[in-house]
Amino acid sequence: MSLFITCINDTMFPHTGRAVVSVLERLGCEVTVPANQTCCGQMFTNSGWFGEGVKSVRAFVRAFADAEVIVGPSGSCVGSVRHQHPMLADDAGDAGLRHEVDQIVARTRELSEFIVDDLGLVDVGAHFPHTVTFHPTCHSVRVAKVGDRPQQLLRAVDGITVVDLPHAEECCGFGGTFSVKNPDVSAAMGTDKVAHAVASGAEYVVAGDNSCLLHIGGLAHRTKAPIRTIHLAEILASTQDAPFMAGAAR
Amino acid sequence: MTRRTPDVAPVTWLGMPAFPANAKVQLANDRQRANLTHATRTIRAKRAAVVSEVDDWEQLRLAGAAIKDRTLRHLDTYLVEFEKKLKAAGATVHWARDAAEANQVVIDVTRAAGADEVVKVKSMATQEIELNEALEEAGIAAWETDLAELIVQLGHDSPSHILVPAIHRNRSEIREIFLTEMGRYGRAAPDDLTDDPGRLAEAARIHLREKFLRAKVAVSGANFAVAETGTLVVVESEGNGRMCLTLPETLITVVGIEKVLPTFADLEVFLKLLPRSSTGERMNPYTTMWTGAHGLDGPRDVHVVLVDNGRTNALADQFGRQVLRCIRCSACLNICPVYERVGGHAYGSVYPGPIGAVLTPQLRGHTEAIDASLPFASSLCGACFDVCPVRIEIPDLLVHLRRQVVDEHKRGGLGLERLAMGVLGEVMGNPHSLRAAQIASTLAGKLPIPGIGRKLPGPGASAWTTSRDLPMPAAETFTQWWRKRSDAPGTDEEPDR
Repeated sequence: MSLFITCINDTMFPHTGRAVVSVLERLGCEVTVPANQTCCGQMFTNSGWFGEGVKSVRAFVRAFADAEVIVGPSGSCVGSVRHQHPMLADDAGDAGLRHEVDQIVARTRELSEFIVDDLGLVDVGAHFPHTVTFHPTCHSVRVAKVGDRPQQLLRAVDGITVVDLPHAEECCGFGGTFSVKNPDVSAAMGTDKVAHAVASGAEYVVAGDNSCLLHIGGLAHRTKAPIRTIHLAEILASTQDAPFMAGAAR
Repeated sequence: MTRRTPDVAPVTWLGMPAFPANAKVQLANDRQRANLTHATRTIRAKRAAVVSEVDDWEQLRLAGAAIKDRTLRHLDTYLVEFEKKLKAAGATVHWARDAAEANQVVIDVTRAAGADEVVKVKSMATQEIELNEALEEAGIAAWETDLAELIVQLGHDSPSHILVPAIHRNRSEIREIFLTEMGRYGRAAPDDLTDDPGRLAEAARIHLREKFLRAKVAVSGANFAVAETGTLVVVESEGNGRMCLTLPETLITVVGIEKVLPTFADLEVFLKLLPRSSTGERMNPYTTMWTGAHGLDGPRDVHVVLVDNGRTNALADQFGRQVLRCIRCSACLNICPVYERVGGHAYGSVYPGPIGAVLTPQLRGHTEAIDASLPFASSLCGACFDVCPVRIEIPDLLVHLRRQVVDEHKRGGLGLERLAMGVLGEVMGNPHSLRAAQIASTLAGKLPIPGIGRKLPGPGASAWTTSRDLPMPAAETFTQWWRKRSDAPGTDEEPDR
């Protein structure tokens, strides 16, 4: 499989990428990382800059042309590839690009989809003796439509306690450039999400999208809220022999 | 001349600041936020419960979208058919290009009936054209008879929700408004009025009764207009609509041109979709249908004003026109995390929330600051599409309209954003540029400063760090780590798969 690392994980959260490699290699996959990959282009598209967005679509198609299966540790970025790349190709009036995009979309998976559907696994042999709560990010549920696959994977982790997140389905308020174009509303939504995560009694709030966690974690850190953020891949990578160590990953 | 109805501020929405500034003001109103959270959570749960009872809900949504789309594609045909059937049934049909023309029709018909006041059924179309103010200026008093619209009118206030215009008020505020204001415009509220909902409704009923019995002219909107038969349909909960639609001699109905449905049978779909999506009821308490005039039975003089007011702008946009499917149920407002926190007034239009953010800029264009900011007033979480009974793709429409705003403003404003997007667009389009940029980001990550940033300079960064911390970029990117690992000896053994 080819890892679509995503630009934000590559630059800001490399430990998540290392965790993905760790868990997938443990499960017997041959991981490749196409060196010329860049970004899904969602930031441009969602900000209304379609001409800039389609450049990322072309780069994506070039980078993953030979990939058998493309796996990304982000519901939002995978959702953008699935939902927005065809739209951008059409908008550019480029039928050839649209054809390439359709082929690539059919081979693109979010991490939990790949593990549950392609590998046919729920128990990945992880060990994580902590109390966590899961935030189903909007784009993973409503755009990529990963369903409850992340929760299936979490519940099968040895030693874990998964508690319910109140109002889990509500947006955390990140929203990409929404977080800087409408910072007050974004922070108000995120503050409520942090409060709900704290109320769940969990040590960690887990998600499949580091962008949302950047926002939730940034608010929690500023207000010294007693909750930490963690990407699903890091829990799945954690084992008895090589446990997750907070802070050591960076 | 002294006013006859309560004055309102703001009288007009135009000239408002952009959404983020309005939102900041609204967010500071703690009581309103508490009212909105309570109300939207309650109605959201009611909707979810009654929708889950319907096995073929998704088929109903698809049918609703398909009927509306077909109607919009042939709107000219259906509108002319509707006009023909209405005239045959004894109604007078008026066409209005904009708000001013529509308001003038209502003024002229009211004067011709010898009246100087009208009673009103709750109607979004008449709020949109600001009919009450136009009538007031013409010396005609317009009395709102829907309980929530009455609260808004007596409170010198503006509606903040499509279905529940006074959603931002709680019952103790309503008691205060009734006690202070009712006596100035008719029958006063009893001195011992409490904030018990039953007592409040009773006070409104008594206050309104003399207006219903006195009125010679009523003004309504319509939920649906059936082309096949010339029938108008109003659904409501309180019975005030039934009073207005049957008691006065003259009835004027102001209808947006997108309200037309081809056949009577099409109502089957919409009368199921609307109440469950809207009030969270299986069926609305009152459904009134009328087809023209019928001698002494009901109003004798029936007028219908068909209003464009920007709708044909939306119709001309092949992707944008799906906004005209909207049946004004408010499910998208009730589910929206942005609306829940800021309320309706921040949207600068009688159509707030997600539907307002995609409807208002299509009706009014986006030259005003508020209208250009509306497509950006969403985190694109997508909850609105999930609940929309006619499957309007609101998130995609928001992005579509953002693109229009950017295209329109690219050359003028947006200087910094244009620069940033242009540079980043090139970086993300070219892996070599991205790797070079990442070398710069990792240098920042290697700086001997704490690992998490607090107050950062620059417009984007400072908007972020006003309320959130931001970790420094990693000192080594994933791709740098991967290359080192791949190059290192002894790590290239073939895994099993």
